[in-house]
Amino acid sequence: MAVTTALPRDLDAVVGAPMSYWRTVGWRLARDPATLVAGALLALIALSALLAPWLAPYDPNAGSIRLRLAPVGAPAHVLGTDEQGRDMLSRLLWGGRMTLVAGLTPVLVAFVVGTALGVLAGYVGGLTNTLVMRTMDIFYAFPAVLLAIAISGALGPGLPNTLISLSIVFVPRVVRVAESATVQVKSLEYVAAARASGAGLGAIVRHHLLANVLGPILVFSSTQVSLSIILAAGLSFLGLGVTPPAAEWGLMLNTLRQSIYVNALVPALPGLAIFITSMAFNLLSDGLRDAMEIRA
Amino acid sequence: MWGYVGRRLVLAIPTLLGASVIVFAMVHLAPGDPIAAVLPVDASKEQVELVKQVYGFDKPLPVQYLKWLARVSTGDLGKSIATRRAVILDVRDALTNSLVLALSSSLLAFALGIALGLLAAFWQGRWVDKAASAMAVIGVSVPHYWAGIILIIVFSVWLNWLPAMGAANDPGLREYLRHIALPTVALALIPLGVITRVVRSAALDVLNQEFVLALRAKGLVSRRVFTHVVKNAAPQILTVVGLQFGFQLGGSVLVEAVFSWPGTGYLLNLAIFQRDIPVLQGVILVLSTFFVLLNLAVDLLQTLVDPRIARH
Repeated sequence: MAVTTALPRDLDAVVGAPMSYWRTVGWRLARDPATLVAGALLALIALSALLAPWLAPYDPNAGSIRLRLAPVGAPAHVLGTDEQGRDMLSRLLWGGRMTLVAGLTPVLVAFVVGTALGVLAGYVGGLTNTLVMRTMDIFYAFPAVLLAIAISGALGPGLPNTLISLSIVFVPRVVRVAESATVQVKSLEYVAAARASGAGLGAIVRHHLLANVLGPILVFSSTQVSLSIILAAGLSFLGLGVTPPAAEWGLMLNTLRQSIYVNALVPALPGLAIFITSMAFNLLSDGLRDAMEIRA
Repeated sequence: MWGYVGRRLVLAIPTLLGASVIVFAMVHLAPGDPIAAVLPVDASKEQVELVKQVYGFDKPLPVQYLKWLARVSTGDLGKSIATRRAVILDVRDALTNSLVLALSSSLLAFALGIALGLLAAFWQGRWVDKAASAMAVIGVSVPHYWAGIILIIVFSVWLNWLPAMGAANDPGLREYLRHIALPTVALALIPLGVITRVVRSAALDVLNQEFVLALRAKGLVSRRVFTHVVKNAAPQILTVVGLQFGFQLGGSVLVEAVFSWPGTGYLLNLAIFQRDIPVLQGVILVLSTFFVLLNLAVDLLQTLVDPRIARH
């Protein structure tokens, strides 16, 4: 809680509440079995992605034509090999890195940019609000998948373009949530009281608005992570995301798709990885929402 | 109420215009010269000049946009680079196929989702509720393109019951249904999860209101209480159903790519592969227009069902 340190002394009483609130949230999270399982799973996925260079038994891009599509459980290749004879376990480990980066970055960008724009529009109101919010509305004219494909399709393949197009998908969503939360908090009496007692704009935004608005925005953003991961892998699946020969779950699913008639189990693995990761994020965000008592 | 309807209609216009700006901008987003984006690599000098003239690339951007908008609003979406066919023709055929798929998957998802959601709410905490909650989480978490591949593996490769891809060439109903079955199920998963979740919580909200208790206290049988709950939860259910239908239309891209279903998604996929920007623009413009109008219709329908909304 960086906010606490920035607060003047006489506001300590106000600060006491959010601290114990977060402690309550932590206490609740630690007692929810679904959240704990999801959290442990995510920690495992993140760790294995992070440690891929050390954990992977083989070079993810080195294949052997003689060893193509080895089944799961083959000697020396626990999870089999892909259509170019590359070790699946190594590629799944390395692929997780790419998928997590491509899925998490846009939501992170949206969280920062969306909060800034939303709080600005909500607090200042008037013409600024109209301008920002109507611009965001335009992006709601497209279903998420279509918007991502439209922008990526125009920009062309590659990880940076995927990040740009997915950020554009998620920023307007966060702006909407941030704006409506800000408008709600702004009209509360204690904000008026702070203003009346001479608090400056910066102080009000930092100490009163952000502290109360960040919770709902955080919960909302956390619900978007699973969609972002599915979309990021989906763009790669369409050939619009990460480019070969890099290992990425969506791309692996795409290149292995033709091989289901030879070996059905191995092509299913990258999708299973996306599924498990996205489900873990969903369970975690559900738990977070319940623990923070925020109705989405 | 009519004032509200009028206001919503007027508000849809800037949204549509905004969407058209984004679609227009796609040509300029494409890396390199915008002319390169709409021309084959081996275009001759005359072709380049012709395209420059047709697209008016020598004029300032706002003028280009207005000219483009005027052209597009008459239904002229330009010509495909790959096939030289008018884009509108391809889009029309593809849209029909996508609509059929969106309708069939929506029907499946809505029927199952509403039933599951209501059952879960009425038997809160029981096994039906737990199964419905699990279904809801799976539905929103599963990458539907992967689910499509799994369906192909199980029903086409292992069991050999259903065809793996394409639409039926011969017009027999039986063959048509056999081809549409798997994409329908794959595309129904997400809305099934979303709708189950929303219907459950909407029904629970109504069930927790005092009037339900009063109805029960008066001795009303469960079945009659049920109809009261459904009536009160209907507006919320209607909204989510309408929105999900819109998402189905735009969201089918990936599933159509998996099953080679000849819809807008498949067309988009081809256009991406061939970097056929006019087709890309055409499909996205038509789909987003559809999406905006659908959302508008849902809004208006909602006011009809629940007049309280218009008073805000």
